[in-house]
Amino acid sequence: MTRPAAAGAAPRTARGIAASAGRPVVVGEEGAGEAVRFASVPALREGLGMVGYLADDGLAGVVFLADRLGKPVLVEGPAGTGKTELAKSVARLTGARLIRLQCYEGLDESKALYEWNYKKQLLRIQVENAAPDDESAGRWNEIEDDIFSEEFLLERPLLEAIRASEPVVLLIDEVDRVEVETEALLLEVLSDYQVSIPELGTVVATQIPLVFLTSNNTRELSEALKRRCLYLHLDYPSLERERAIVLAKVPDVTEQLADQVARIVRSLRALELKKHPSISETLDWARTLVLLGIESVDEATARETLHLLLKYRTDIELAAKELAAATARDSA
Amino acid sequence: MLEVLTGFVSELRRAGLPVSVTEAADAAEAVRHIPLEDRQAVKYALGATLVKSSAHWRAFETAFEVYFSMRGPQFALEEDSLGPAGARGERAGEQETGSLGREAMRGAGEGGGGDLVSPEELAAMLYRALQNGDTGMLAAVARLAVALFAGMESGRPVGGTYYLYRTLRNLDLDGVLQRLLGAARAGSGGDFAAPAPAGASDGTGGYLEGILQRDAESARLTPLEERLLADEYRFRIAQLQREIEAEIRRRLVADRGAEALAKSLRRPLPEDVDFMHASRDEIAQMRKAIHPLARKLQARLARKRRHLRRGALDFRSTMRHSLSFGGVPAEPRFRHPKPTKPEIFVVADVSGSVAAFARFTMHLVYSIASQFSKVRSFVFVDGIDEVTSIFERSETVGEAVHRVNLEADVIWIDGHSDYGHALSVFWQRWGKEVGPKTTVLVLGDARSNYHSSESWVMRELSERARRVYWLNPEPKAYWGSGDSIVDKYAPFCDGVYECRTLRQLESFVEHLV
Ligand SMILES: Nc1ncnc2c1ncn2[C@@H]1O[C@H](COP(=O)(O)OP(=O)(O)OP(=O)(O)O)[C@@H](O)[C@H]1O
Ligand SMILES: [Mg+2]
Repeated sequence: MTRPAAAGAAPRTARGIAASAGRPVVVGEEGAGEAVRFASVPALREGLGMVGYLADDGLAGVVFLADRLGKPVLVEGPAGTGKTELAKSVARLTGARLIRLQCYEGLDESKALYEWNYKKQLLRIQVENAAPDDESAGRWNEIEDDIFSEEFLLERPLLEAIRASEPVVLLIDEVDRVEVETEALLLEVLSDYQVSIPELGTVVATQIPLVFLTSNNTRELSEALKRRCLYLHLDYPSLERERAIVLAKVPDVTEQLADQVARIVRSLRALELKKHPSISETLDWARTLVLLGIESVDEATARETLHLLLKYRTDIELAAKELAAATARDSA
Repeated sequence: MLEVLTGFVSELRRAGLPVSVTEAADAAEAVRHIPLEDRQAVKYALGATLVKSSAHWRAFETAFEVYFSMRGPQFALEEDSLGPAGARGERAGEQETGSLGREAMRGAGEGGGGDLVSPEELAAMLYRALQNGDTGMLAAVARLAVALFAGMESGRPVGGTYYLYRTLRNLDLDGVLQRLLGAARAGSGGDFAAPAPAGASDGTGGYLEGILQRDAESARLTPLEERLLADEYRFRIAQLQREIEAEIRRRLVADRGAEALAKSLRRPLPEDVDFMHASRDEIAQMRKAIHPLARKLQARLARKRRHLRRGALDFRSTMRHSLSFGGVPAEPRFRHPKPTKPEIFVVADVSGSVAAFARFTMHLVYSIASQFSKVRSFVFVDGIDEVTSIFERSETVGEAVHRVNLEADVIWIDGHSDYGHALSVFWQRWGKEVGPKTTVLVLGDARSNYHSSESWVMRELSERARRVYWLNPEPKAYWGSGDSIVDKYAPFCDGVYECRTLRQLESFVEHLV
């Protein structure tokens, strides 16, 4: 693999981002001639809180370093722990446009990077044929130049992120789903932040975007890609953070209920279940409880609403039994 | 810092983490951007740059604690306001060998050291710290407890488990938990406090305060309330245990230096643990590791299958679709052939020494069951039993593996492995069902207590079956020694493989398909 172009080589637009649209706390700061997006970890963490994303210092710290080192972040963790939401929130915070490449099996260069609009090209050629000309030899070169021009280029997310002149956050979601060849392509783009299009030349990024790759860990990613990235394992949040997330995201929830919800979820995650409740499930549950006008969960309520937290029948049964059992079976 | 970092990176490599040169450089760069006195910050900076798999996190944490245990003012070994408990004057690097032992021994004696708190005082502190969830106080209790009870001796090449055990035994945390709960039941949870929620302003407090401050009359706790309270206490106790462990490590580092301690703490990564010598804790780690492993394997195989499925060009379909592009065959279409799937018979020795290996293997095979037209499984010791239906009746593979243990009928005479007998019964009862589409997978160490091998069964099987493989969890060097008769069976197998770790197992199972 080619060495990444020196991280600082492409100037990043930072002040602009921070200043735009009166965004909160993102404090652009002039480092050694090079702009940075976040002044400090606490400032970043606070800023994320203001756009509705509750981070801890570890999480904010990795994002902070990603900016300072000009490296992508690979975010891994169980489903529903806020991987996708993190990228969106950082975009919101910095006032950047979010460009999302949703990965799937079979995703290839033409869908990730760029593609020539050959249908349109075909039509163009046919139109040409319909009006035959005498000096056809010269004509062909002309047509060729024409059909390989901007007008016929279909820009896909990676190219879009590289060519963007305004600040962007690039989210490469569920990267573990792509095939190895596409992964190699991603690595190439993320190493150099440039793309060469044979017919048009090389496009070099004018700024290094913040890049987030998420993975549900269904496949081991290549060593090379992992080496290129900072790694962030997003696990289930602490009791305090989950309570804060519930308070922030569920309208009209009382502190007591948020606390109890977070506690019950923590207890459930300590059980041996097939699938543990995710943050989104915690939120669904809390919202429902509020809708039902419940102020405090008792055994009966828990039993009737557990299906919002847990997806498997056996999990629900086990959880209902455990929650009504007063003391936990010793798990040690 | 750079020096510490170099040592730390080497330690990670010795522990098996694949840290590249680039990553080491990234780590050095990363710590330039964070406040070095902030231990947490150093930890996430190093974690993000050096550890790229969550399965390696534990190994990282252990090494980190050892190498960076002295960093940050609150972690200094010198005792502060807490009184002169323990290792005075020891600092990172100074390594006053001997002082550790003296100080601790004094504490560990009859508690009459005079300048230490008494065990009774400490017990009272502990109770209060747990009741009101005061983290600072918990840390102090941890330090005092180690000084008082661990009886640490200088210069011994140990990892500290024994010290931990001694400290915990003296603290009787189970008893404390029961007393805390008893107090809550009796309506005197009085001083309970949960760390205040961030941003809580009105002082109403959390859920637990609520239930504990209820009117004395209605104060009977419901089971759910009691459960959540108990879980909170348990959580605090776990935190205390971590503090105690950390304290012991800090003292060990001061005594012996980081490198030596890291060495005694080094453990193989879950995927490299030997099945036959795994401790209970390691088995638990492996159990956690096998789920993602199985999931990955499944995804990989499914992908492979779909790839293979792209068959020959379908000319008709291509032409039909070309009409929309004015007759230009712009999108080629392919036929999708249906590949045939093999059927698999797993025949597993589940006697004591190799039971863990058999369980992990069956787990993995069943988690990719969709790759086979049928999976049947048989378990044996000296008798043999088919357990396919247990897997069909169970909701998860884990559950099934657990039930196999309880329900299978594998004892014939004495419950000592007898491969010959088990195999001949297998042949008698199920031999005819093995056919040209069957892959037979035998799992075991072939230690047959000097019974006859009846290896003719394997010959018959190899003639009927598509493939016969043998997986042996013993190191190759031991094959054929003592009562191991794997070489009697080997000639009739398409392959006999050493399979001692999850990593080896995974790669075999992948190639099986
Ligand atoms: N730290 C957080 N602060 C606020 N909300 C959060 C946080 N983490 C997660 N959430 C909420 O949880 C939900 C799930 O998050 P998200 O979709 O980002 O999960 P994910 O990790 O991408 O899951 P998947 O692996 O299924 O894609 C979101 O609706 C988000 O609002
Ligand atoms: Mg997502």
